[in-house]
Amino acid sequence: MKQLLVFVKKEFIQVFRDRSTLLLLFGLPIAQIVLFGFALSNEIKDSKVVVVDYSKDEVSSRIIAKIGASKYFDVERSLANADQLEAAFKKGIIKSAIVFPASFADDLLHTNKASIQIIADASDPNLATAVTAYLTQIINDYQIQSGRAVGLPLQIIPEIHMLYNPELKGAPNFVPGVMALVLMLVCTMMTSVAIVKEKELGTMEVLLVSPFKPLYIIIAKLTPNLIISIVNFFIILLLSSIFLDLHVQGSLLLLTLDSILFILTSLSIGLWLSIGAQTQQAAMTSSLMGMMLPTLLLTGFMFPIENMPLPMQWLSNLVPSRWYFIIVKQVMLKGLGINYVWKETLILLGMCILLFTISLRKFKIRLQ
Amino acid sequence: MISLSNISKTYNKGQITALKHISFSVDHGELFGLIGPDGAGKTTLFRILTTLLFADEGDATVNGFDVVHDYKQIRNCVGYMPGKFSLYQDLTVEENLNFFATIFGTTIRENYALVKDIYQQIEPFKNRMAGKLSGGMKQKLGLCCALIHKPDVLFLDEPTTGVDVVSRREFWEMLARLKKQGITIVVSTPYMDEANRCDRIALMQKGVVLSIDDPANMIKDFPQKLYAIKASNSFQLLQDVRNYSGVDSCFAFGDALHVTFRDSSDQNMMAYLYTKAYTDVSMEIITPSIEDCFIHLLKD
Amino acid sequence: MKWMNPVIITEKLTKRFGDFVAANELTFEVNQGEIFGFLGANGAGKTTAMRMLCGLLAPSSGKATIAGFDIYDQAKQIKTKIGYMSQKFSLYDDLTVSENIRFYAGIYGMDIKQIKQKTGVLLEELELQSEAKTLVSALPLGWKQKLAFSVSIVHDPSIVFLDEPTGGVDPVTRRQFWDLIHYASNRGVTVFVTTHYMDEAEYCNRVSIMVDGVIAALDSPAQLKQQYTATNMEDVFYELARHAKRKDD
Repeated sequence: MKQLLVFVKKEFIQVFRDRSTLLLLFGLPIAQIVLFGFALSNEIKDSKVVVVDYSKDEVSSRIIAKIGASKYFDVERSLANADQLEAAFKKGIIKSAIVFPASFADDLLHTNKASIQIIADASDPNLATAVTAYLTQIINDYQIQSGRAVGLPLQIIPEIHMLYNPELKGAPNFVPGVMALVLMLVCTMMTSVAIVKEKELGTMEVLLVSPFKPLYIIIAKLTPNLIISIVNFFIILLLSSIFLDLHVQGSLLLLTLDSILFILTSLSIGLWLSIGAQTQQAAMTSSLMGMMLPTLLLTGFMFPIENMPLPMQWLSNLVPSRWYFIIVKQVMLKGLGINYVWKETLILLGMCILLFTISLRKFKIRLQ
Repeated sequence: MISLSNISKTYNKGQITALKHISFSVDHGELFGLIGPDGAGKTTLFRILTTLLFADEGDATVNGFDVVHDYKQIRNCVGYMPGKFSLYQDLTVEENLNFFATIFGTTIRENYALVKDIYQQIEPFKNRMAGKLSGGMKQKLGLCCALIHKPDVLFLDEPTTGVDVVSRREFWEMLARLKKQGITIVVSTPYMDEANRCDRIALMQKGVVLSIDDPANMIKDFPQKLYAIKASNSFQLLQDVRNYSGVDSCFAFGDALHVTFRDSSDQNMMAYLYTKAYTDVSMEIITPSIEDCFIHLLKD
Repeated sequence: MKWMNPVIITEKLTKRFGDFVAANELTFEVNQGEIFGFLGANGAGKTTAMRMLCGLLAPSSGKATIAGFDIYDQAKQIKTKIGYMSQKFSLYDDLTVSENIRFYAGIYGMDIKQIKQKTGVLLEELELQSEAKTLVSALPLGWKQKLAFSVSIVHDPSIVFLDEPTGGVDPVTRRQFWDLIHYASNRGVTVFVTTHYMDEAEYCNRVSIMVDGVIAALDSPAQLKQQYTATNMEDVFYELARHAKRKDD
């Protein structure tokens, strides 16, 4: 046992002496979150909104005036019909539009109820959400004010259309994605490189020839990366709470446990990759090509899995991060409990046990 | 202490032969040298004996234990310094030694007496990273690490390669002292001149043992008379001697040429050289070195 | 005449790393066609000195010219005039023998006709015609080293730097390698060589021995042996390097 502790201590010393790796380990999540926080800022100012007013009545003009008066929007009236609108969206000149149907004033007058269409370019999902939220807010304000004046409750129902990215994949989805990516990277790459490094140095030969148990070598190699990854996990949570205003909605304990499970799975993959590789470079390449790409492509945070061809969808089932991504979304964003993620958790657990067993069996107590 | 019988090993599914039917044994307390160039199979042999590789055929035992079945016992009683062993570059000298002591289930203090001689030479640098040590120092630290658990057998794979003459001599003196303490040592080297430091040597080339004997016997068994011919323009001399029809072999050897003749009674070399207008040429019978023996064996 | 024409001239060439003087005021000349043995203990500063001479490392002070070019601001010209081979750097294992030759001839800017002619000459000299299409990885180490040497002088440099070229090579091949060195030297190529085999020091025209960053001795092997009343170069080296203070790089 003492031997194991000394080995783990040695691993930690080595990690902390390697400044550039350390910087990568902790700098990566920070950089990702901060960059994302700034790149997709929610702030909207003088955003151009196009109005297509088929109704042209008193109420619609008042709502338009109110929108124009807010600091968030500049109203452009130039477009007369829906075709022009579509063209403008496609060219990317405008980001949002409001359409008052021809029957707007009539409906409002006779039924006290009318709809307005709000259309937003959701290829920038953050902006689209914010713009529609502000527009809805302004319309609601108007309803409350005018309702009071008339004495009757007016109901204007905004119908929101998100163009190009109806599911609004964006900030909230990005954080679970970053978590999956960073944990995968750190665990897989660092583990395989750390083990292969011993082979390159020739120290692995000495370790194997010593009475030190091969299982201990594995445990000692995994421990520092496990701890570093857990720390990284909390850093990401903290950063997304500070910079992105994204807090854990569900159980932190559940999220942490599932994350540890995912970390262990990734560590097992790292171990597995290290068995075949003879040089650090090979280990690095196989982690990057074999793990990073599938994680990026098949996890679902960059490209929706539902839209992929069937074989890709099947393939994505084999990617652990896909299941972890779902768990984080459910627990962190939607605040759901174990009832909603037990299936994904079981799948991860199965993968973890399988991968670790394979790696353990394949880990060579000899050189061939 | 160590015995090998009929050990063979190939790589790449038989395409590359590393060892061909190797059999020999090493006695308790012996300093045994495996001498040969790169590709001779020295490292493969070490790996088989240290239980890191399986031989394709043949048996081997170390300290009475079978290298295949009793690998755990062997791993408890041997010290091994691999050829490309370079320690943990980012750990200090002391941290490295401490680490290896613990891995082998011992402490520096417990066996300090054994490594004291060697460790004292590197102690002034004990807080320096191993990566910043020179070749000679690294080699001493490596030896300390391999010795720290007081092994019965020490395997050293090319410990002196790439190390300067001074460090090499010091290293061999250290090995001689360890031998006095009863440790069996198997050491490999590509430097033929180090052969004389061993009790017995095996000359190896391309997976085959060319000869096994103690160095003195090997030299005694050199079958021909060996002559050293010297002149100031040794390159020209080499050309001329090689053109002499009676010459069997002729190699540059330091400042002289080492020459054997097809007919040992050939007495005309000097006369031939005088016709080539050498004024400072000399020729004498010399005792062969191990390198001469090796070259001779390669010829066959 | 080959002895009259110095191709390496250094004067108080010095390299400091912080407080540490790796190479201290090296002053020497190497003549055209000379085989110059550059020996030294581990950590004596050999590698540093060699890197400066190859134009890979800027000196801290002192002067040096290589093949008539200044090492401070004519590194580019120097590189066309020198060849380099080390035990570690050798050939591309996954290219064939002739592909390797063509590649190196190509990077030195030879035209297709020259390359073709040179490849033929080299293969003939090395008796490797039958192996021209063999992958280098399949060649025995000794042949690789000989090929690597020939490739390092494929562009007819004035000087070739050889860094432990014979490490790990068997005794017969080692001697064949030195035959190649002698042929090159006879053609006027200056050979600047480091080695750990002390018998090889005897094959050099002159030998310098570095200890603790300075050149402790520089002369012909015969003179050095006489001066230190030694029977061979190993004893000369031992005598000089034994008291070296610096044993770390």
